[in-house]
Amino acid sequence: MNAPIPAAAAPRKTVECGVPDNKPYLHPKFIANYGNWKYHDRPRPGVLHHVSHTGDQVWTVRAGTQRQMDHYTIRKLCDIADNFAEGFVRFTIRSNIEFMVSEEKQVAPLIAELEKSGFPVGGTGNSVSMVSHTQGWLHCDIPGTDASGVVKSMMDELYEEFKREEMPNRVHLSTSCCEINCGGQADIAVIIQHTKPPKINHDMVANVCERPTVVARCPVAAIRPALVNGKPSLEVDEKKCICCGACYPPCPPMQINDPEYSKLAIWVGGKNSNARGKPTFMKMVASGLPNNAPRWPEVNAVVGNILRTYKADARPWERLSDWIDRIGWPRFFEKTGLPFTKYLIDDWRGSRANLNASTHIRF
Amino acid sequence: MAKPMHPTPNLDQLESGPWPSFVTGLKRMAKDKDYVVDILGHLEHSYQTRKGYWKGGTVGVRGYGGGVIPRFTEIKDADGKAVFPDAAEFHTLRIMPPAGMHYDTKTLRQFCDIWEKHGSGLIALHGQSGDIMFQGVTSENTQPAFDAFNEMGFDMGGAGPSVRTSMSCVGAARCEQSCYDEAKAHRQVLNTFLDDLHRPALPYKFKFKFSGCPNDCMNSIQRSDMAIIGTWRDNIRTDEALAKKWFAKHGMNELVNDVVARCPTKAIQIKEIKDVRKTADISSVALNDSQALEIDNKDCVRCMHCINVMTGALATGTDKGATILVGGKRTLKIGDLMGTVVVPFMRLKTEEDYEGLVELGQKIIDFFAENALEHERTGEMIERIGLVNFLEGIELEIDANMVSTPRMNPYVNTIGWDDEVAKINAKKAAA
Repeated sequence: MNAPIPAAAAPRKTVECGVPDNKPYLHPKFIANYGNWKYHDRPRPGVLHHVSHTGDQVWTVRAGTQRQMDHYTIRKLCDIADNFAEGFVRFTIRSNIEFMVSEEKQVAPLIAELEKSGFPVGGTGNSVSMVSHTQGWLHCDIPGTDASGVVKSMMDELYEEFKREEMPNRVHLSTSCCEINCGGQADIAVIIQHTKPPKINHDMVANVCERPTVVARCPVAAIRPALVNGKPSLEVDEKKCICCGACYPPCPPMQINDPEYSKLAIWVGGKNSNARGKPTFMKMVASGLPNNAPRWPEVNAVVGNILRTYKADARPWERLSDWIDRIGWPRFFEKTGLPFTKYLIDDWRGSRANLNASTHIRF
Repeated sequence: MAKPMHPTPNLDQLESGPWPSFVTGLKRMAKDKDYVVDILGHLEHSYQTRKGYWKGGTVGVRGYGGGVIPRFTEIKDADGKAVFPDAAEFHTLRIMPPAGMHYDTKTLRQFCDIWEKHGSGLIALHGQSGDIMFQGVTSENTQPAFDAFNEMGFDMGGAGPSVRTSMSCVGAARCEQSCYDEAKAHRQVLNTFLDDLHRPALPYKFKFKFSGCPNDCMNSIQRSDMAIIGTWRDNIRTDEALAKKWFAKHGMNELVNDVVARCPTKAIQIKEIKDVRKTADISSVALNDSQALEIDNKDCVRCMHCINVMTGALATGTDKGATILVGGKRTLKIGDLMGTVVVPFMRLKTEEDYEGLVELGQKIIDFFAENALEHERTGEMIERIGLVNFLEGIELEIDANMVSTPRMNPYVNTIGWDDEVAKINAKKAAA
């Protein structure tokens, strides 16, 4: 007798389950004291100690990671969590990993194991935390530079500042590989700044780009449809072009990235917290830095200089933006030695609000 | 054993130095994976030429329109063949983590097993939108990899013009400053919009972010279309034992310079205990036998600074909820936009409260879907049509908390003024 012919396996049906419930992944102390914490302190850099209204306590040890992790690294972190903590971890928005333990005596051996394994313990309080960053050359389709490499080179320089709490207040950093700024607002941000209009491959435009969409994408109406060598394409009014790169994602033949003319700019003073003053956007303070892979020394020099000046001059609890509010922009440029060029005077819409409409001048 | 490594003189320089090296991690995986050997070659080529070489495309999983970020190599030889053939396809799967990014090690190990089997083994924890980014998979392996994650109870994140994966802070799980159940709000809101998340059909992206207090650790005011930021309406709570402990350690100079002087609205004063006002809106706490801190809660803007400095001695109130702000985003194309207030206070305690939050999200997304232009974010749409039109569209009452100042120019037709005043008076009379 013939065996029954198996029916073709029906494709698995996706369960549209959405965001999973986080309760199964919470440390037991988090479940027991959910919404009932009273205060916290920091016994040492990299360690948070939370106390609940019932007197329950939990210690959190925070360590830096490379974010872009191979599975061996994640397994190593899991081994540490199982052997030196209680099997639960969480990640912060800045890609730091946190291990939770129920007893104070577990803290020191956990720290020792993390540091022995190459994971710096820190990133809490008034330290320089890990750089919030993007994908860069590793994975992005429109990157002007790399992300993980820039971050590695920055954090090597700032390693001790990550492990210590010696800054006036917390310092958040970010890097972004184009002006879309996926890395986000930060106390100090490194962002690509293109300085040449896109180079257009006119043979490709008609096949690849939806031309009206590209025309509409330009913030300064510098792009118009054109017939080039008998082919429908696009042209850029280079006098109007602000080199923002907004046309490049919808139209890859409008290549904006350039090994030489895609520069790096430094921005300072972004703050999302409402603490003290209202949240602030960051401001550009330097540009024209070379995209100097693999270690970007020129960028690191400027970031290091700003951080050293801030550390020496700011008062306790002043974020970078609070410090500049007190000392004023002229003195920021004076103290850091950064040149204040005409390109730092805003001329975008609403920019008159950024001019000094007063006689408030520090002499 | 994998094929021999490509020379990577640039990447090699990112192995030295004390910070954990992603290059060292990639090299370790390259020992057994041709895929990763070629990824390293591909990345080194970018380092040498200072350009990126990935192009997008269309790769997905059954039933969903987004969540996979397709990447195909553009490094080709003269015959159009991939120079790094094993890395010709390097897609990313965006998977939504549990709210607050909590894990047990079993789950993380399962992720590693799946990604070692189906993908490159490279995992980013986490991307800037809050996804777990499983980086590096071929078109062929995309569906099986997703199926394995989905079997574990995890689902695809957002990409393209859709509701995006959200983020919430550690919140109630570990933070004394939490003003609502961030994880509950995050999950309940997001899981209402899974169709809009998985099947991109909005004018542009739409992001929710959930922060439990005005410290806004999720950066929601600057990077989300709808920010839910915890706050409270009643008085700051105090704890005398912790206040005295703080004062004994830090002293009067720090109290004055770091706490009192840094209050943005000068709501804090130091007083003799006998002089502290006893009215309903005053919080006070003794610092020693004679002096106390007095906070006038009517002047307080809930900035969090004094609570951050004197954690436990001062604490958020108990009449808790959230301020809702709409329209935050970064530069392109009209310039940076902060989220701005559309609901000064929404209580978030009961199930009905949370349902109210979901309903507001629904109204805003419906309005955005119908009224935004293509590639226009919510904040840009509000800039174009004006806040009042937006509020009328989503049926929210105006409130003086929505502005930093009233109008500064006369260019408006106020013919309806008397009617508006009559409406406001009628409402006052009815209240």
